[in-house]
Amino acid sequence: MPVVLDIVDLTKRFADFVAVDNVCFQAEEGKFFSILGPSGCGKTTLLRMIAGFLEPTSGSLQIRGKDMLGIPPNRRPVNLVFQNLALFPMMNVADNIGFGLKRQRCPKKEIASKTEAMLERVHLSGYGSKDISQLSGGQKQRVAIARALVLEPSILLLDEPLGALDLKLREQMKIELKNLQREVGTTFIYITHDQSEALVMSDTVAVMNAGRFEQIDTPRNLYSRPASSFVAGFVGETNIFAASVEDISPTLRLRAENGVLFKATAMQEMAGAKKGRLFIRPEAIILEPDSGLDNLNRFEVTVRTILFDGSNTKILAMLGDREITVALPQNQQFAHITPGETVSAGVHIDACKCYPGE
Amino acid sequence: MKFKLSSGLFIFLTPVLLWLFLLIVIPQIELLLMSLRGENNLGEPIWTFANYLHFFTEEIYWYTFVRTATYAIIVTVLTFIVTFPVAFYITKVVSKRLSVFLTILLLVPFWVSELVRVYGWMILLRESGVLNHIMLSLGLIDKPVEMLYNDISMIMGLVYTSMLFMVVPLISSLEGMDDSLIEAAHDLGASKWTIFTRIVIPYAAPGITSGSIVVFMLALGNYLTPNLMGGKNSLWFTEQIYNQFIASFNWNQGAAFGFLLLLLSSLIIWVGLKMSKQQLGRVLS
Repeated sequence: MPVVLDIVDLTKRFADFVAVDNVCFQAEEGKFFSILGPSGCGKTTLLRMIAGFLEPTSGSLQIRGKDMLGIPPNRRPVNLVFQNLALFPMMNVADNIGFGLKRQRCPKKEIASKTEAMLERVHLSGYGSKDISQLSGGQKQRVAIARALVLEPSILLLDEPLGALDLKLREQMKIELKNLQREVGTTFIYITHDQSEALVMSDTVAVMNAGRFEQIDTPRNLYSRPASSFVAGFVGETNIFAASVEDISPTLRLRAENGVLFKATAMQEMAGAKKGRLFIRPEAIILEPDSGLDNLNRFEVTVRTILFDGSNTKILAMLGDREITVALPQNQQFAHITPGETVSAGVHIDACKCYPGE
Repeated sequence: MKFKLSSGLFIFLTPVLLWLFLLIVIPQIELLLMSLRGENNLGEPIWTFANYLHFFTEEIYWYTFVRTATYAIIVTVLTFIVTFPVAFYITKVVSKRLSVFLTILLLVPFWVSELVRVYGWMILLRESGVLNHIMLSLGLIDKPVEMLYNDISMIMGLVYTSMLFMVVPLISSLEGMDDSLIEAAHDLGASKWTIFTRIVIPYAAPGITSGSIVVFMLALGNYLTPNLMGGKNSLWFTEQIYNQFIASFNWNQGAAFGFLLLLLSSLIIWVGLKMSKQQLGRVLS
């Protein structure tokens, strides 16, 4: 796959604050690339540098092999879907979509046919003459995406465009956006703080924290093999324990803050580390494990609350003086469990992931 | 929300209604009647349109009105050109705190009466004024230049006195504009000029229109500034009305001129609204 966007050592400094710190990555043609990070991690700054609204302090930024530094936003082959959409309220839907084509001095006929084709693509046929104020939230969303896509950019940048929608619509737009991207084949760079959006839609996700990329990987790998303690804590739900290292070889053994002893897997070099952070996914904890299973940390938990949510039901249970979350299997096997019960539980060594650090 | 006209509300409205009726409606009716009165050949009072016809038959009145209206339009356009960059700078370029400070700075001169401000300009511009003094002492000119009492200084004075009424609606309409609209247009390939003409101006159109209406009406109906800065030759239509009432003591003619000013200026504004495709209701809200 050819590389569309090539970013090397990109840095942006505001006075004495480093917003983006030596970021390197490549986005491949036709991929859905997400940048996931908490608010204030520098992802919007990075996006604005790609769009051309900000100039980097140092580093290089190439689109299809062409250096983009110093080129203003109106002459870059990228388009941005704004967080608040920024549709032009004084124009109707068709004029909004045709705005960019008009600037390229496209003939009128071509603008009309391209606009109509784009409206059809985002399932808004016949909406061309409507005013922006007549549209619903989801429809505005689609107009904003259509307005940028109609210019056939090398890269479409999306700045948390689903943030303003309600939950149900957001779920629906996620799927629609993913399908749209596959149909048009444009490279999408999507920034979000919502991990579910990033995991569901993306081919590749970069997790960003404090101006740096912590890990660039497929959603599956991010979830199952987080490269750092930050990624392990940020992506997906997880139980986190502060722990002190008891032993390193032959197996890593940790004493968690609640006094429970865990055998764990080191995800980073643990030699010399006195403290560690232990991550256990809720679905990795097995209730009433078979006594024949090997390599299991076994303990007893006391059920406190059952959070019923259909196939996504969880229980909150006490392990020592710490509350942990345990996901229940979907087969209703543990439907009989009631609050106050004490249940045996276990978790495999491989699922106890440990990183050095406080 | 609409309220039913209850007796309680009526009590609160009474002073306003009385004020409107006694001080505005009745005098207007009186003036209207007066403008329709005249004398026949025998000197007997009769009802007549002669006062109105006078305006169209006597070239000087007609000419004065056209000149006044044209200059009022020029003043409106100039005021817009001068204040738009100021409003844009205050709302879109500087930080929030500085923008409040600059707005206040802009308003402060208007807390002083128009008369005082116009005299201020006269002190600057007159033959023995500050500007002449400076230019003389710098050796730029040999003898003082009279900069007052011409059309240019009169227009400048009118623009200055009208600025506030343009800049306030402009600021309030530009303030409502999301900066990302400008960025979005830039991102979609628009140049600075296109952004200005296609995004900023259409967005601010209601503010521009309401500011223009106010400035136009104020310039057209201004008496003080044309009289003081334009001098005796300023030929402003309000001076014609003044002359009819005070100098010629022809109240009937003056009243007719007053109504003509009202009608013709309303007509000009109506045409302006039609041409810019703005609706009065939307502009005023």
